Parts: sequence; C-alpha cells; structure tokens
Amino acid sequence: MAQSVPAGNSPGTLPAATAGRARARWADGAFRAVLTLFAFLVILLVFAIGVSLARAAVPAMARFGAAFLWTSRWDPVHNFFGALPFVYGTLVSSALALLIAVPVSLGVAIYLAEVARSRASTVLSFVVELLAAIPSVILGLWGIFVMTPWVRSVVEPVLGGTLGWLPLFSGPPYGIGMLSAGLILSIMVIPIIASVSRDVLRAVPQEQREAMYALGGTRWEVIRRAVLPYGRTGIIGAVILGLGRALGETMAVTMVIGNRPQIAASLFQPGYTIAAALANEFSEATTDLYVSALIEMAFVLFVVSLVVNAAARWLVARVTTSVVAP
Amino acid sequence: MSAVLFPDVQRRRVVDRIMTLLCLGAVVVAIIPLASVLGYVTVQGASAVNWAFFTQTPGPAGEPGGGMANALVGTLILIGLASCVGIPVGILGGLFLSEIGGPVGWWVRFTADVLNGVPSIVIGVFVYALVVLPMRRFSALAGGVALGVMMIPLVMRTTEEMVRLVPQSLREASLALGLPWWVTTLRVTLRTATAGVVTGVMLAVARIGGETAPLLFTAFNNQFWSFRLDQPMASLTVQMYNYAIAPYDDWHRQAWAAALVLMTLTLVLNILARTAGRRREATGR
Repeated sequence: MAQSVPAGNSPGTLPAATAGRARARWADGAFRAVLTLFAFLVILLVFAIGVSLARAAVPAMARFGAAFLWTSRWDPVHNFFGALPFVYGTLVSSALALLIAVPVSLGVAIYLAEVARSRASTVLSFVVELLAAIPSVILGLWGIFVMTPWVRSVVEPVLGGTLGWLPLFSGPPYGIGMLSAGLILSIMVIPIIASVSRDVLRAVPQEQREAMYALGGTRWEVIRRAVLPYGRTGIIGAVILGLGRALGETMAVTMVIGNRPQIAASLFQPGYTIAAALANEFSEATTDLYVSALIEMAFVLFVVSLVVNAAARWLVARVTTSVVAP
Repeated sequence: MSAVLFPDVQRRRVVDRIMTLLCLGAVVVAIIPLASVLGYVTVQGASAVNWAFFTQTPGPAGEPGGGMANALVGTLILIGLASCVGIPVGILGGLFLSEIGGPVGWWVRFTADVLNGVPSIVIGVFVYALVVLPMRRFSALAGGVALGVMMIPLVMRTTEEMVRLVPQSLREASLALGLPWWVTTLRVTLRTATAGVVTGVMLAVARIGGETAPLLFTAFNNQFWSFRLDQPMASLTVQMYNYAIAPYDDWHRQAWAAALVLMTLTLVLNILARTAGRRREATGR
C-alpha cells in the first residue's frame, strides 16, 4: 500500500501540515516495523522450538548416538534408552491409518467434488469437517469404551478366523493394541485427506472433464482417466498432510494402543508411539538422562513433522494455485 | 463412435454405477464414527451430567461424587491466557501477510503452515523447556503459553484470508482522504474484516479448548480451586483423560459428562463460525 499522496508540493502547505505529514510517515514506518516484527515471530518460534529441543536432547545424543533410533531396549531403571519400539509403533500405526483412510477419503472426496449436487455436497462437507473438530481426548474416551470392545469382540475374531495364518493377525484378541490405534487414527485423518483432496479435485479445469465426456466416457471413466491423473500431485500432498497428523497424534492413540514398548508381529498386540511415550512418561521421568531421551524423541518427531508438512504444502500448493490462478 | 473406441457399453455402465455406489459407501463409512461418537457422548453424558458436576471440585480417588467446576473454570482461564498470546500476534502477523507480504510473506506463510502441523505434544515439550524448567514448577501460565503458540498460526492464516477479501477500493478511498496508511489498515481494512477475523478466532478457540497433550506437563492438573497463574491449573481435557484411564466407574461417568460439555462447546463454536462464514460468502457474491 504505497502512500500515494505526493509530499509537500502543494503551494499552500502550511508548516504545521508538513510536520503532520512527516509524523504520519514516521508512524507508517513504525507500524510497518511492528507488523514485520510479529510476522517474524512465527519464524523465530519454529527456530526456537528446534534449538531448545535439540539442546535439551544433547545428553541423550552424546550417550547413545544415532543408534538411539534403532536400539530396541528401553530400560529407565538401568538408564538405558533405545527408541526403536516407539519409532516402530509410530510408523506402523500411521501406516495402518493411511491404509484404511486413503481409499475412504478418496471415495468421499470424489463423491463431494464430482457426484453430489452442490447443496448435498455443502452439507456433507460440513459434516465431514465436524469430524475433524472433535477433540482427540473425546475420541479417545469413545475409543476406550465403545471402539475397543467392538474390535475385541467382532473385528479381531473375524480377522483372526479368516487371516489368522498371517502373523499379523495371529494371537488372542485384546481390543487394546496396534489395530485399534490404526483405526482411531484413520478416523482422525479421513476429514483432512478428504477435504484437501476435494479442494484439489475442484481445482481441476472443467475442460479436462468435457474432453473426456466428448469422447463418450461414463462419469467414472471421466474421473478415473481425466480428473484423478490431473490432481494426482495434490492428492499425494493431501495424503502426506494426513500422515503428518497421524504421526504426531497423541491422546486418542495413548488411550487405545496399550502403551507397551515392544515390537510384536501381531497387530492385535499392544504397542507404543513416540507421542504416547511423551504423554505418559514425561512428567514422571526421574533422571536427567531419561528426560533427555524423551526430548530427543520429541526432537525427532518435530523434524519429521517439519519435513512431512513442508512436502505436503508444497505439493498441494503446486496443484491448487497453478490451476486456480486465471 | 464411443462404442468403437470403448466397446462393451453395458459393462462400462455397470462399472460406473458400482464405483459411484462405492464412493457413496465411503461417505457413509466416514460418517458412522461421527454419528457413534455424537450419540454415545450425548446419551452417556446426559445421564452423567448433574448439578454437582458444575459446582463441586473432584472428590477423593475412588469415591463417588464431586464434580469438575475447577476444571471448567481452569479451561476458560487457560483459553483466556492463550488468547492474550495468540490473538494479537496472529492478527498483526496476518495483517503483515495480507498488506505487506512479498517474498518474506511467502516464507512467513509457509512457516505458519508448518508450525500448524507440528504435533501439539511437541509444543508442550518446548514450553516445558521454555517456561516450566526456569520457573521450576508447572503453572497455568505455561499452559496458556503452550495453547497460545498453537493459536498463532490458526488466527494468522484466517486473518490474512479475511483481510484479503476487503476490496482494494476501500483502502484507496481512505488513503485518498488523507488518512495515514497505518490508520487505514487498522480502522478501515481490519475493521471491515472484523466479522471474518472473529470467526477465525472462534475456530481457533474451539480447537485449543479441546487440546490435552500440550497441557499434560505445562498446566499439569489440580484437584482444588486455584486462580494463581504460577500454580498448576486443572483443565476439562486433562481431568477427563485422567478419569477415563482410571479404574473407577464414577470417574468414567464424570469423564462422559466432561465430554458432553466439551463437545457442546466445540460444536457450538464450530457451527456458529461456519454458518456465519457461509452467510458472508453468500451475500458477498
């Protein structure tokens, strides 16, 4: 917003008015500086998070080195810490969540963007976004008392009965465990992946569809061959955005995963994630090395979330801005 | 023509039908958990919520009775503290993005989006190192800072988008009348976008009001009334988490009651904000 008033060249300018104008220009400069300062605060904040976590993690890093990430012994009593069970639990529960959430979210996005009439689409979009607004601790409460009993009595016996020969689905049904964590995470990421993918699909130019219809394609063929390929980059971005959320999700997972630092072949067994370990053990950590090891895991989670989110934003922005811009 | 390019029209129509139905099925699958959560929280919560819940502090472990009055007030205080951090920084930063921007603005916007994606538990650990360790105790202040940090990118991005919607001619008219740029920005541009900015703030409050993870080792928890900002403070969410994982039936009952209160707050704020946003969009065209 450039100040378009040319300064001091009108003939009848009184000295007082000139002084006022100078003051105004000074005030504009000051205001600009204030806005810039607050904007830079955000960048500073992200740096501060990284630096303070890294500094607090130094004792654990010095003691265990990079092997911290692939050592599976987590033994607070003997002051020995390896993060592998947590890394494993975080990755497996998130992968499971994406496995369930991606097909469902894509179906929802296609339905909202391509199939539903505008009114139905507005209402359904709103409902799906409400799902994202439910606090995760409420979802966790529902998980403990409604979802895990159902998983224990229905899902796991059925999976064990049909696919029990796979180590993944072997063993007694617990209810509480990796499978439940994956399920509850999928519920949490569906609204994210679905709503971002919907926006991506809506940004696909109408000509893409018309060209395919003109060739005699059915609606599904138009979606499959003209719309989805066009929006592929953005959809991948949406999925990565969902992954970012799943990796760091804490409360709901803590409440249903069982919180046992082990690496089990079966998805029915309890597990542990980095975020859940922080939630449970941080305020009870007794030794400095213990705290430092937990903070090192937080640092790892921070770096991973930075990379994942930056990649996702970049992919989504590439599609939506390049297409939307006239 | 199409029959030549793609033979077997009948089969293609059937595939089209099946895929459309599958997409509809996906919508149903996505909505089932929402319906189930809303249903259980409403039914279980309605039977559990009572006068004592709103007026009493927690009873001794395992004994029935008591309520979450202190946690309810604690959540409101924490939201207030967070707003003191998040709203000014968010709004001024958002004004920077929309009114100054440029290449620096691109980086700030990108960083804000990335900060928005940082797990809330990590923010909690950061504030623990920043506030709790130097103060040597858990405190309401630390909890407020943690929630405030989460609020900044949310408020910033909605403010930017809402202020961008203000027509350029309005700014030009104000500048042409001789108002300095800073007065124009605050009294004309921001003022015009007030409704939208308030909507963004409401959504941000709804989001942080339901946060638990960043409070676990900042505000911690408190079984008693406390209004001191340098002392641990109870919150609805942390109390609910503690009750949900405890082995007492009466605490489970109270956890459901807390869930009902919290969900009502969240949903009301969300619905209000979204319908207001939609109405503005409709009249704007």
